[in-house]
Amino acid sequence: MNRRESIKTIGLASITTALFDACKSTPATKTETSITDETGRQDFETVRDKKLQAEAFFNPHEIATITILADIIIPKDEKSGSASEAKVPDFIEFIVKDEPEHQLPMRGGLRWLDVKCLNRYQTEFKGCSPQQQLEIVNEIAFSATAKPEMQPGVSFFNKMRDLTAIGFFTSKMGIEDLGYKGNSPNQWKGVPPDVLKQYGLEGV
Amino acid sequence: MGDIQLKTSGQLHDVLVIGSGAGGGMTAYTLAKAGIKVLMLEAGPFFDPAKDSRQLQWPYQSLRRGGNATRAMGDFDAAYGGWEIEGEPYTQKGNTKFDWFRAKMLGGRTNHWARISLRMGPKDFACRTSYGAGDDWPITYDEIKEYYDKVDRLIGVYGTNEGLENDPDGVFLPAPAPRLNELFVKKAATGLGIKVISGRGSVLTAPLPGNTDRAPCFYCGQCNRSCKVYADFSSSSCLVIPAMKTGNLTVVTNAMVREIITDNNGMATGASYISKDDMQEYVVNAKTVVLAAGTCESARILLNSKTAQHANGLSNNSNVVGKYLHDSTQTGGIVVLPQLMNRPRFNEDGVGSLHLYAPWWADKQKLDFPRGYHLEIFGGMMMPSYGGYFGFEGSLVPMLNGYLPDAAGKMKPGGGFGKALKEDYRRFYGTMAGFGCHGTDVAKETNYCEIDNTVVDKYGIPVLRFHYQWGEDEIRQAKHMHETTQTIIKAMNGIPLIAPASQENNWGLANPGKGIHEVGTVRMGNNEKLSAVNKWGQSHDCKNLFVTDGSVFTQQSEKNPTWTILALSMRTAEYIVDQKKKQNI
Repeated sequence: MNRRESIKTIGLASITTALFDACKSTPATKTETSITDETGRQDFETVRDKKLQAEAFFNPHEIATITILADIIIPKDEKSGSASEAKVPDFIEFIVKDEPEHQLPMRGGLRWLDVKCLNRYQTEFKGCSPQQQLEIVNEIAFSATAKPEMQPGVSFFNKMRDLTAIGFFTSKMGIEDLGYKGNSPNQWKGVPPDVLKQYGLEGV
Repeated sequence: MGDIQLKTSGQLHDVLVIGSGAGGGMTAYTLAKAGIKVLMLEAGPFFDPAKDSRQLQWPYQSLRRGGNATRAMGDFDAAYGGWEIEGEPYTQKGNTKFDWFRAKMLGGRTNHWARISLRMGPKDFACRTSYGAGDDWPITYDEIKEYYDKVDRLIGVYGTNEGLENDPDGVFLPAPAPRLNELFVKKAATGLGIKVISGRGSVLTAPLPGNTDRAPCFYCGQCNRSCKVYADFSSSSCLVIPAMKTGNLTVVTNAMVREIITDNNGMATGASYISKDDMQEYVVNAKTVVLAAGTCESARILLNSKTAQHANGLSNNSNVVGKYLHDSTQTGGIVVLPQLMNRPRFNEDGVGSLHLYAPWWADKQKLDFPRGYHLEIFGGMMMPSYGGYFGFEGSLVPMLNGYLPDAAGKMKPGGGFGKALKEDYRRFYGTMAGFGCHGTDVAKETNYCEIDNTVVDKYGIPVLRFHYQWGEDEIRQAKHMHETTQTIIKAMNGIPLIAPASQENNWGLANPGKGIHEVGTVRMGNNEKLSAVNKWGQSHDCKNLFVTDGSVFTQQSEKNPTWTILALSMRTAEYIVDQKKKQNI
């Protein structure tokens, strides 16, 4: 394995995703704010980012559903805020335009979820009660024990969960939550002695 | 007058250098320091790490959080280019596939590489004699040792002197301490009889004596972004920019070379190129031409430089140019260490090169393949980014949490959501360790690149077509790599994150090219019927043409090639200075 290369593929690409016909959507107006520092960036990269930011992929209904799901996946707790507080839906909107292979599984998966809820609860996912939402999420959140008829939902939820976690834990809030201490000038002297002792690695 | 013009400069340069990576940079630096007027052509834009590096940016300063939609190795990586470049295709022959990584920029691939800086050993230069495989070089380790020493002093490399037979010691700066996870791998490997030593990397872990342009490392672990204070080696920061300051080097960027031009006597007179800035055609003249465009691009330029005197392409009377293309064999293992769940947090970035590695340890064992490989060890609390934490253990947390008890000590099916999942992401953070195995591919005439005359790039230059297949020996070597990594993972009680390899997938052997260590297409040798350049890197067929990149390798070893490219190119440049003094060229 080449560690210089991004190997996100071992996680995301290994999750098979059922494909569904995409439903037509009306573009929503986008209000993403640009946070990119242009240092060292090539012209084509800047042009591409601006173009993607000016486009909208998800419609308002889809974004609202994504927001509810993201906060079910990563809720606020005593240590940090929720996915939506970390602007995860904005990240998901961008990344599906940046990596278009997510578009169909996301759009189709959202529609699968809505139709499932419509049949079961007589309303789309967004309109379900919090209990109903958790009930159906429970049926698609554990791939090994999910019923066969829920597999399309499992595939969708795997992707939704990955994108949510990436968006959250790469935000300022999420990085602080994980306790990453680096990315700042320092003098590296090795693992602290008490940590070496804790793991029995003194003298290794 | 039409829209496209051919512009010929009347100026005659002492030396023209094509390419600005490790080989071209060192050649130009050595010549410029010796007072020779040098013109350099680089196919990409100017790049100065001090201004252009994205070092110390946070993932949320990238819209894609470090993702790789526009840069193959992530949004912050320094390389401009990648496996595919729009408008600059390459083709494949038969059902073989070679992946060609190109960085089109000042300094080339040295801006983003892992800075792993290993000397080849005495047995490596005498591969046929020592191992009964491949060919011997026309030079010995003893002949190149002084150049390795000079490169160590000029550029700086950390490491430890170990007195190993085929992994020569050097002039080392202090080695950085390993990260926590890496110590687990060291302990396990050592227990299996594999000697693990400090890595060797071109990063200034201490001030470089006599150099005031470069600051020591401040341990952000981001060498792949290139370094704003020049603490690591990039050809741009450490060679080309200092050479420009002598006043003896002129660099033309965005200059894509078509061919080397020769006169009626077959001698090189310069090169033609297209400027990407104005899309006009240019010709420049020089008394001596040095080619260092990168292993495959150099072969392409030579093969495209056909004339009556050089009907088979330039420097190709031997018909070996493009052949003997060989890249490192490469496999790897990634593992989660359950004993590190909920591990203590501290700044563990370290250097962006190698803290620990195991040089090839099994020469004396009975094996079913020649030559060997080394283990590169890595792991630690990576910056959480798309491709960082979420390229390794992070993305797999909703599966891994089905293998181990949760925070309350209960087993549950993998997956989940909510506060329990959020806690799992925290518990697993920083538990990953891994190893990369890089080994020797014995150079073969049947692995090659050639001109595909049916396809041109957007500049109208015929492109390369590749034909490359791993041999049985390389596949058996990969099986040995696989067995080694599986044994180490077991010894650590780790959870492997990559599915077990098998014969069906060549034991996890990466595609040729993926090692980005390709060399050998303009091989050196004493016999002009069997090689393209002599032991000085001088063309057998065109005496004022030299080659100073990885293409001149007769036979690579399991050591990463950059340090050898630097030593060879310094040696060739000194030879050019000497030959100019003697008025031989």
